[in-house]
Amino acid sequence: MDGVTDNQGLVLDGVQIRLGARELVALNARIGRGETLTVMGPSGSGKSTLLACLGGFLDPVFSASGSVVVDGVEITALPAEKRRAGLLFQDPLLFPHLSVADNIAIALPEDIRGRGQRRALALEALADVDLAEFGDRDPDTLSGGQKARVALQRVLASRPRLLLLDEPFSKLDAHLREQTRQMVFDRARRAGLPVVLVTHDEDDARAAGGAVHRVGQP
Amino acid sequence: MAGGVPVARLAPPLTLLILLGPLTFGLAGTALPAFGFLPDLGGNHLTIAPFAELAAVPGIWRSAWLSVVIGLVTTLVALGAVAGFVASDLGTTGFARMRRMISPLLSVPHAAAAFGLAFLIAPSGLLMRLVSPWLTGLERPPDLLIVNDPMALTMMAGLIVKEIPFLFLVTLAALPQTRHAETMQLGRSLGYGRMATFAFLLWPPLYRQIRLAVFAVVAYATSVVDVALILGPHLPPTLPVRLIDWMNDPDLTARFLASAGALLQLAVTAAALVAWVGLERIGGWLVRLTRDRGLRLRRDWPVRLASRAVMLASVAVVFGGLAVLALWSVSGLWQFPDALPSAVSLRSWMQALPRLAAPLATTLAVAGLSTAIALVLTILCLEREYETGRGSGRGALLLIYLPLIVPQISFMFGLQVLSIRLGLHASFAALVLTHLVFVLPYVFLSLSDPWRAHDRRHDLIAAGLGMSRTRALIAIRLPMLTRAILTAAAVGFSVSVGQYLPTVLIGAGRLTTVTTEAVALAAGGNRRVIGVYAFLQAILPFFAFAIATAVPGLLFRNRRGLRV
Repeated sequence: MDGVTDNQGLVLDGVQIRLGARELVALNARIGRGETLTVMGPSGSGKSTLLACLGGFLDPVFSASGSVVVDGVEITALPAEKRRAGLLFQDPLLFPHLSVADNIAIALPEDIRGRGQRRALALEALADVDLAEFGDRDPDTLSGGQKARVALQRVLASRPRLLLLDEPFSKLDAHLREQTRQMVFDRARRAGLPVVLVTHDEDDARAAGGAVHRVGQP
Repeated sequence: MAGGVPVARLAPPLTLLILLGPLTFGLAGTALPAFGFLPDLGGNHLTIAPFAELAAVPGIWRSAWLSVVIGLVTTLVALGAVAGFVASDLGTTGFARMRRMISPLLSVPHAAAAFGLAFLIAPSGLLMRLVSPWLTGLERPPDLLIVNDPMALTMMAGLIVKEIPFLFLVTLAALPQTRHAETMQLGRSLGYGRMATFAFLLWPPLYRQIRLAVFAVVAYATSVVDVALILGPHLPPTLPVRLIDWMNDPDLTARFLASAGALLQLAVTAAALVAWVGLERIGGWLVRLTRDRGLRLRRDWPVRLASRAVMLASVAVVFGGLAVLALWSVSGLWQFPDALPSAVSLRSWMQALPRLAAPLATTLAVAGLSTAIALVLTILCLEREYETGRGSGRGALLLIYLPLIVPQISFMFGLQVLSIRLGLHASFAALVLTHLVFVLPYVFLSLSDPWRAHDRRHDLIAAGLGMSRTRALIAIRLPMLTRAILTAAAVGFSVSVGQYLPTVLIGAGRLTTVTTEAVALAAGGNRRVIGVYAFLQAILPFFAFAIATAVPGLLFRNRRGLRV
């Protein structure tokens, strides 16, 4: 597999999530940079719980074991804010009180200093997805596809170590879904990010092209 | 929609009349005497003499300034603790536990909470007893001015512990309209600490929704009378307390001065609100400044710890205070360093009961009646809103909040003058009506959210089955909303029980309630009697909430879909 050297990418080693005595997810996986692991299962099967576990948001009613390592860094015990695990939800979830550009600027790492420079980088990221003119707009006035692009640029601007996708295409209509899917996987590949995708849509799995893990099935 | 509930169209105008009528007439009735016009007392021409007299009162500016400071500090600390706690613990099990602990606190009347605090922290209070003499070496209460301190610190503490539950529950009600769980996750995945995520991403939309409630807290704290009488400074007292003194002055010409003072109170509350808006601006600017630099602020544990501590302390103070009140009400001999009374007796209760009967009956009757009227009006207003499909917008919300933001004392003076002229003074009807002005907004605010959230398809099915709107309301919607309606009723009931100022001014000493009797005992300092009255005052609303919880459980014991 290209891009995978000894410690590059995401390694899930014996990751197991339980609810009381019931095992929801048990998984070993190695996801190289730019590759995608698709986790499929019916709703309530615990596939979103896996994302919460990787992101550091696991509800305390669940218990998890195993280790999660990204690019050689063990993140299993880190709090969410130190994991740098980028999230995309079903909804773009743009922050309604911020302008479109500020939605991206807020994601930029702390070490990029100065309001001017942060704004310039945010506008650049917008131009990159053909939204150059939209910086000062109210995010609520954007179309569904435009919002999805802003959300993608926002998560990439935060320079994540990995990407967690929670059915991010399920609310888009068919034509937009195809297009957005392509864009997300392209950019994740270009950025060299390991991706974990949770979905119940077989087309998503096909488009992602990587390994598929099924949970919650007999 | 044709064929709605027949009387529903009358409800919105009637509600507006009840909310705004007393306010308008009351303010006018305060303003005229303030400018010297009160024919009954020989004031026949307009003059600014009452204001000149007011300006010459020693210490008046200090009193006014103190009220502004109390309003701002109380709100800042209470809101800060609530926001900090929500930021720090939203979504945790500790959060759910705090929610359960703090909800009953909302029903505790301010006066009872204030007495409880006084009984805890006074020099001879429970806390000092617990550490004496083994730690302090004291055999007698130290000579310290803790309660009624001149800087009003104790008074602010008493207000803070009561405003925290209010602001917390208002915030909880607004939270579902934000995508708080995902927003918190998103912010933290971008590397922001919990406090920073909350401040940058969740607080701005949230605050916009609770802003009027926050204004109500500012206004309340600047103009409160009962808490000030119990915990506030004496030399000089806060402005509202001085107004009450003038109002009760046997020399009736003091009314001109009192009315001018009531207008000053209006200005003081307005000044505090303007200052609060200024603080909002400064706060918003600081948040933006930090946000634009992308600061992650991950080491936020001191702030998290502090807000948790304040929240827990407020719960402990109110519950602890109630416990001490109860203990004093049944105590026999209880000398200073002893942590517990040396004997327990029901003597205080037996002695108080005969005198309590009339105030208790008035309390229950006024609270019951004003709550019932408020409920009927609210339900009809909401039904009308459903039928016309027109939601009440921001403007309507402001009107509902108006009686809670304009200081009570500024329009209650005028209402008292008016009620004397109309021959309604000290009448039961006038008392119910004035309570209604304050009960109605709370009942409406409490019931409107669950009412609007109720699944409309049930109404459509009912219509499809051939039911009229009236029948659908009675047979379908009201039973399904039993729990919310009873909760709103309990809220209204406890608001009425807690009313001090309207009862004193309109009841004029002839109609008294448990609350006015309890506050009147503040100066006397007989702890056993205060314990009886204040504890009784606190448990009345508590019973109302207990009933509101128990009845639906009983009614729907075989209906799983209607359980919480």
